Amino acid sequence: MIAVGALLHAKQLSRSPFEIATALIVPVVQATLAVYLFRAGGEPGRLLEAAVGAGLMGVWSSVLFGSGGAIQNQRWQGTLEMIMLAPRPPALVVLPITLATALTGTYAMVATLAWGRLLYGIPLTFAHPLAFAVAVPGCIIGLGMFGLLLASTFVLLRNANALTNTLEYPIWLVSGMLVPITALPGWTGPIAAVLPTTWGARAVREAATGSGPTWPSLGICLAISLACLALGAIMMTHVERRARAAATLALA
Amino acid sequence: MSEHAIEAVGLRRTYRSRTGWLRPQRREVEAVRGVDLTVGNGELFGLLGPNGAGKTTTIKLLNTLLIPTAGEARICGFDVVRQTREVRRRIGYVFGGDRGLYDRLSARDNLRYFAELYGVPGREQKRRIAELLDLVRLSGRENDRVEGYSRGMRQRLHIARGLLHRPRVLFLDEPSIGVDPVAARELRQTVADLAATGTTVLLTTHYMAEADELCGRIAVIANGTIQALGTPAELRHHADGRQVLEVEAYGVGDAQLAVIHALPGVREASVVVTGAAQVLTVQSDAGVDVQADVLRALDGVRLGRVTARQPTLEDAYVAIVNRVDAQALPVEAVAV
Repeated sequence: MIAVGALLHAKQLSRSPFEIATALIVPVVQATLAVYLFRAGGEPGRLLEAAVGAGLMGVWSSVLFGSGGAIQNQRWQGTLEMIMLAPRPPALVVLPITLATALTGTYAMVATLAWGRLLYGIPLTFAHPLAFAVAVPGCIIGLGMFGLLLASTFVLLRNANALTNTLEYPIWLVSGMLVPITALPGWTGPIAAVLPTTWGARAVREAATGSGPTWPSLGICLAISLACLALGAIMMTHVERRARAAATLALA
Repeated sequence: MSEHAIEAVGLRRTYRSRTGWLRPQRREVEAVRGVDLTVGNGELFGLLGPNGAGKTTTIKLLNTLLIPTAGEARICGFDVVRQTREVRRRIGYVFGGDRGLYDRLSARDNLRYFAELYGVPGREQKRRIAELLDLVRLSGRENDRVEGYSRGMRQRLHIARGLLHRPRVLFLDEPSIGVDPVAARELRQTVADLAATGTTVLLTTHYMAEADELCGRIAVIANGTIQALGTPAELRHHADGRQVLEVEAYGVGDAQLAVIHALPGVREASVVVTGAAQVLTVQSDAGVDVQADVLRALDGVRLGRVTARQPTLEDAYVAIVNRVDAQALPVEAVAV
């Protein structure tokens, strides 16, 4: 059910004109942003790291807007009630949606790297190509599971968009997707340490640049993500009941 | 097997909302105020009422989408609050309108996804989907995206989706809303066929003819409570001792309607707008001829055909609903 659900949701998402336009424009913007940021910082040698970071930002945006936006879209389409009415644990119903958004997020990574290569001539020479090929999907699946935890709050909130918009930039900033965590104030450290995005980004970066062993970071990312999945599943059951009590599954 | 497919006792639902941050205002709306009803296995039961009467809320309380503020409900013997999953396995829910489907997917993909969600075994899915596409006459268009479907086709797809897991109880919430007459007739046929195969159907509708044709029993709900319940023939008795005058008119205002309503012998008066014309319906005591007084009250208004007739089920429904409204609201013109 999870595979069919994720596939069909990815199909539905990838046919949205808005999603297509966003998918075309955002990677170019992010690749440009990353390249100029690193050039201005006098570190042109780290352009691949910049492109990978920008790609991860795209994956995160996709998961975040996918979880929040997809739940809100389901509410607008009138399908949220229909899927929550299924005789399944609510987490199992929502997980395919967040996985689908992570899948479409993969495209953001590929497109950012491709645009980086085409427009700015960034050499796509990965230090550990195999580790990179494993780290990217691992990170994406991890973010999808994190998305489930986020989605549980979106089921409850009728104005989920507000929360989605607020979370986009702080998370990729704190997770060190583009700017090194060491450059951030000390108090962000503990927050970064518990976010799967931090470890996922680190794993992908390590695989791309060879700055460290990929597997421990990827392992921590997946472990935190699994914890998020478990917590998300418990929360989803609780939230579904609260949504039925508060009547927030439908628009009105 | 439980004796009743649907049982509700003292069902109530209050919606609470809050607006404003600095000076928050809390608002409570009591949408359902104590509904009692039982629907037998295999029965086709109608729930009729005006907008805001509590029909959809009642359905959502019964199909587990909402938790009641008070009271209890059971579907096939399972409690809707405590045994949610057991209830969901046994019910289908179809509502009217354009929403509730994945527009950018084909009908087949929509059905495939919901078949997975509703636990239809993989080996059975293909056959079941083909069977339902045939039933709702969408075979041949199953690979087209739903966004290109007409309202009637979407509605039929909704029904197919609601039937995927062979539910024992089907909730149909205004399925014929906005559907053209031919599609509505096909829809009624589909519903009648379902009931004939033993599926219990709870149907809400605005259309009296639909309820009269399909339902074995009808409950009229208004102001959150059931005002009358019985077979269509029993409900017609609510208009006993009355006669009906229908006047085709152009330009009847609220003031004239209030005057007509106050005439001696007049029990109900309402205006329905149909295209450019209005149809004024006046229910009066059977022994009182109000025609001359009504026409006098309409002095200056361009009139068409004037007809006197016996009350129908619709007149009985209007009598029941207006009895409730009269306690709370002034008489006003209604546009449809």
